[in-house]
Amino acid sequence: MKNRYLKDVSTLILNTEKCTGCGRCIEVCPHHVFSIKERKAEILDKDGCMECGACAKNCPLNAIEVKQGVGCAYAVIMGWITRSEPSCDCSGGNDSGCC
Amino acid sequence: MTVASKDVGMMTMIENGNEVKRTCCSSNSGCGSSEILVEYAGNEKWIQGVINTPKGVVPVVSTQLNFSDILGSWKARWGVNRMNYKINPGLYAVGTPDNESPVLVTANYKSTFDSLRKELADINTWILVLDTKGINVWCAAGKGTFGTKELLTRISCTKLHEIVTQRTLILPQLGAPGLSAHEASRQTGFQVVYGPVRAKDIKEFIRRDMTATPEMRTVKFTTYDRLVLTPIELVEAIKVSIIAFGILFLLNLIVTIPFGLDDFYAYVGALIIGCVITPVLLPWIPGRAFAWKGWLLGFIWAVVVNLINGWPQLPSYSLVRAIGYLLVLSSISSFYAMNFTGASTYTSSSGVIKEMKIAVPIIIITVSLGMLLILLNSFMGI
Repeated sequence: MKNRYLKDVSTLILNTEKCTGCGRCIEVCPHHVFSIKERKAEILDKDGCMECGACAKNCPLNAIEVKQGVGCAYAVIMGWITRSEPSCDCSGGNDSGCC
Repeated sequence: MTVASKDVGMMTMIENGNEVKRTCCSSNSGCGSSEILVEYAGNEKWIQGVINTPKGVVPVVSTQLNFSDILGSWKARWGVNRMNYKINPGLYAVGTPDNESPVLVTANYKSTFDSLRKELADINTWILVLDTKGINVWCAAGKGTFGTKELLTRISCTKLHEIVTQRTLILPQLGAPGLSAHEASRQTGFQVVYGPVRAKDIKEFIRRDMTATPEMRTVKFTTYDRLVLTPIELVEAIKVSIIAFGILFLLNLIVTIPFGLDDFYAYVGALIIGCVITPVLLPWIPGRAFAWKGWLLGFIWAVVVNLINGWPQLPSYSLVRAIGYLLVLSSISSFYAMNFTGASTYTSSSGVIKEMKIAVPIIIITVSLGMLLILLNSFMGI
């Protein structure tokens, strides 16, 4: 069975105007979110996106935007407590296995 | 607490009683303390020998894991020496690589390095190990420690440009959140190519002229993948639980109905459901939010606990306590299942925040209410 997470939450945005269809996003995406249609990338499965940020970082045309972040409850709790952005910092003694 | 990077510059030639072999000591400003190709303890079992390069001697690593490698990985999975299970960053060789051999880039978490080298039997290749502070590739990429800056540093420190004449680096695909291939290519002078997600596909990837199939590019999260991630969840949960047991022990000195074995197994069961059972059964449990999945199984467990105790016909405790169990046990499972989002390979930050904004207040309210009911029963016998 395929693991699926919450619907309609991903912050992924593709600017098709800028896209040249190089396919780098397809290469780096671990969840097959993109495909190429008529020499342009398109978002095939937005709900599959885990916001890892690989596509946005590796798009040579900066055609992709996504709020890169860690999908880790422990990081979010620590972020709330320390009033900072959740970061994947399991190096502490109280680590919850997120890394 | 962040694991401090080992200041290799301060290292003497004797470390932990073992001779530390330095393979190159030419000075190169900008490398800070790492003015050497790679240094290693002479007694590392996974190092088979050395190979000479124009810029110094590079250790050759075995492609077979021995007992201590496997034991080390399992210890890390159970939280023993987990944050310090790392090797020295630098350049390593597999087989007898030359100036045209491929260069594979990886992290310095030893389990990561081991899972790569064990797939490289019978091929000649270089492995460039980045200093990710003992964290695996994907997490380190998320944090940015597996990134362009560290790649540049390591290339410069190992004098890679002078050891190989080919100009391609194979990075693991899961390193992609940490760097831009086009930026890194421009800055390093090496073309950066993303290899497969899993090390086991590396040979096939190289054989196919560095192209990966969609299958090789997809992250999976199999039952086994999930199962091996559960020990650390359990270990961390038990650490916290010891405090809870301490409090219950103290309460037992003053309450009318003391906490006993029933409470112990009920609690441990809820913990195991949240940390192990829910992760293992993840895709089969209805719903999508982790907290919900854990709550569902935890609630079923609470019903089972109450039934075992003879509820509703001949309860060994009151209805107040039974309801208390329903509220508390389900919340405990829910919380620990929610924590597993961090170990999963498919949860987004936005999604986790959305689920937590709903789940955390509910968990706090139900746990408080449930504990209140149980304590009312314990103190006043109602």
